[in-house]
Amino acid sequence: MNDMEHGQGHIVEAAILLKVWGALLALTGLLVGASLVSPTLAVAAMLTLTPIKAWLVLYYFMHIKYEGPLLRGMVLIALSVLVIFIGMMFLDLAFR
Amino acid sequence: MSEAVHSDYQGAKIGMWLFLFTELMLFGGLFLLYSAYRMLHPEEFHHASQELNAVIGVANTLVLLTSSLFIAMALTAVQQGRHEAGGRWAALCAGLGGLFLVNKGFEWAAKFHHGIYPGSSLVKAMPPGEGLFFGLYFTMTGLHALHVLIGVILLAVVALLVKRGRVRQGDCVLLENSGLYWHLVDVIWIFLLPLFYLAA
Repeated sequence: MNDMEHGQGHIVEAAILLKVWGALLALTGLLVGASLVSPTLAVAAMLTLTPIKAWLVLYYFMHIKYEGPLLRGMVLIALSVLVIFIGMMFLDLAFR
Repeated sequence: MSEAVHSDYQGAKIGMWLFLFTELMLFGGLFLLYSAYRMLHPEEFHHASQELNAVIGVANTLVLLTSSLFIAMALTAVQQGRHEAGGRWAALCAGLGGLFLVNKGFEWAAKFHHGIYPGSSLVKAMPPGEGLFFGLYFTMTGLHALHVLIGVILLAVVALLVKRGRVRQGDCVLLENSGLYWHLVDVIWIFLLPLFYLAA
């Protein structure tokens, strides 16, 4: 909290940023590898690895890990609304 | 006085996040369209995506992921008072954004050369599902590229402001907010890659 008094946020160490970047590259490699094996595996990899990559960027690069409850709550609500929209659309299409 | 600085910083960041939520809903609506039409035309989407160049899609992913690292490094450097390094990371990030656009330009030029562009006679002659795929491809990657272009200009300006000492340790919310915007553009591309380039 002390960082916020100075008009700047939490400082994320360069070593952590480099590790996250390495993980993002590795996950991209897995995603591409899976897409070359079979269409089923490609879809499975897309539905699991892609959200993990997005979460890594959101959590470390966008500093959500280090934010207070207000910003974290706002992000959670916005993402939940998007998930509800997508879920409602699939319910509509699946039960026509 | 320090109280005022405190609330300005938090307010500026919350304002940026509110803007990012509107961006999320803008692209979210397009992802919704993509999902619905892919569910209705699975074979056509699979077939049409074979036309796309997966190598250039993956290459651009590496470029954007690395650029995201660079702008995060820029913020860390400026927060630690290493302004020269911070300005350099931000300028490098803008450079990688430019490289992304050059790759995208070559990719689109090749598509146009093969007669694949919105409303072309070739696309009109395709089965409806494939026409939809290419319509979404040009709309979504085009809107994303527009965001990259805005980001490149923004980051180039921020890099200059860091160099001139206008954005500095303890007063760098402009760099932080520009970084948040750039990371969101990166997150959107993270989803575009498997949906368009790796779907075949």
